[in-house]
Amino acid sequence: MSRQANRGTESKKMSSELFTLTYGALVTQLCKDYESDEDVNKQLDRMGYNIGVRLIEDFLARSNVGRCHDFRETADVIAKVAFKMYLGITPSITNWSPAGDEFSLILENNPLVDFVELPDSHSSLIYSNLLCGVLRGALEMVQMAVEAKFVQDTLKGDGVTEIRMRFLRRIEDNLPAGEE
Amino acid sequence: MADAVLFEFLHTEMVAELWAPDADPGSGSADRITPQHKAGLSGKKKSWSVLEGLGFRVGQALGERLPRETLAVREELDALKFLCKDLWAAMFQKHMDGLRTNHQGTYVLQDNNFPLLLTMGSGSQYIEEAPKFLAFTCGLLCGALHTLGFRSLVTASVTALPACKFQVVMQKS
Repeated sequence: MSRQANRGTESKKMSSELFTLTYGALVTQLCKDYESDEDVNKQLDRMGYNIGVRLIEDFLARSNVGRCHDFRETADVIAKVAFKMYLGITPSITNWSPAGDEFSLILENNPLVDFVELPDSHSSLIYSNLLCGVLRGALEMVQMAVEAKFVQDTLKGDGVTEIRMRFLRRIEDNLPAGEE
Repeated sequence: MADAVLFEFLHTEMVAELWAPDADPGSGSADRITPQHKAGLSGKKKSWSVLEGLGFRVGQALGERLPRETLAVREELDALKFLCKDLWAAMFQKHMDGLRTNHQGTYVLQDNNFPLLLTMGSGSQYIEEAPKFLAFTCGLLCGALHTLGFRSLVTASVTALPACKFQVVMQKS
């Protein structure tokens, strides 16, 4: 009932072009500002983290998703609800580790890399690294320390883009967020 | 389709990252000279032009990807109308609230609820923080006009959040 009444807070959809182009301009700028690709990767991850810790609030307010009881449930929510909501795509989930603490998100088309080609001089640049930061930051706010990293990238000639997610530990309530 | 929130957050992060004067943490060598350093501009001016430059590139590309027939626009006023309607709709899902001109190449575009300022609150409390959230959009307008074949100078002003005005001055060549 109250969900229905909440129409006003429903967010607007835009074409992803503006987002994609803006992101591209940002990466270009960072490549100018920093000398090594590693620094750019780090910076993108940090910015993503800052976005993630804020984005989670927007997500929880709009998605009606409760606390996840295990990592599998988390994976489902990320792929089927969150990615769909924010980027309009639904990655598939594969390659579960036997312990159930690692999985892969397979993105067949990554909206961030439309119109992008990596020059040879930037072979170690992880172009969409912002996404890893977003995932890490958002999950940290729901008491999950994870590691997210790209292991395959269509920009580097792979068939698909793959983000490997690894559950590190559950963050206890009394620890300040972000403590290692 | 991407979500508008995503763009807003990304924009906020860009401002946070690129506005800081002399943002240069952890970069390897100290003797690197960029054009901005050479020009000896103050940090603030540099930040403004960096964000504006980003906007310009995005505006240029966006101008190319919007409907073909608009590229045939040759009248100044039509180009401005295009910015107020199509470009604004593509970016912010709404139209500009007002367009005024002195018929001598100066235009004032007014948005009474500029989305990038909307979440900052209303009134004048954070008015000093406002300019940095406008640089990108100024560049964007300028870039889109550039694609349409007009040279312009775009500035922005805010008197009370979240309303703001963009002033476009056409450059005669």
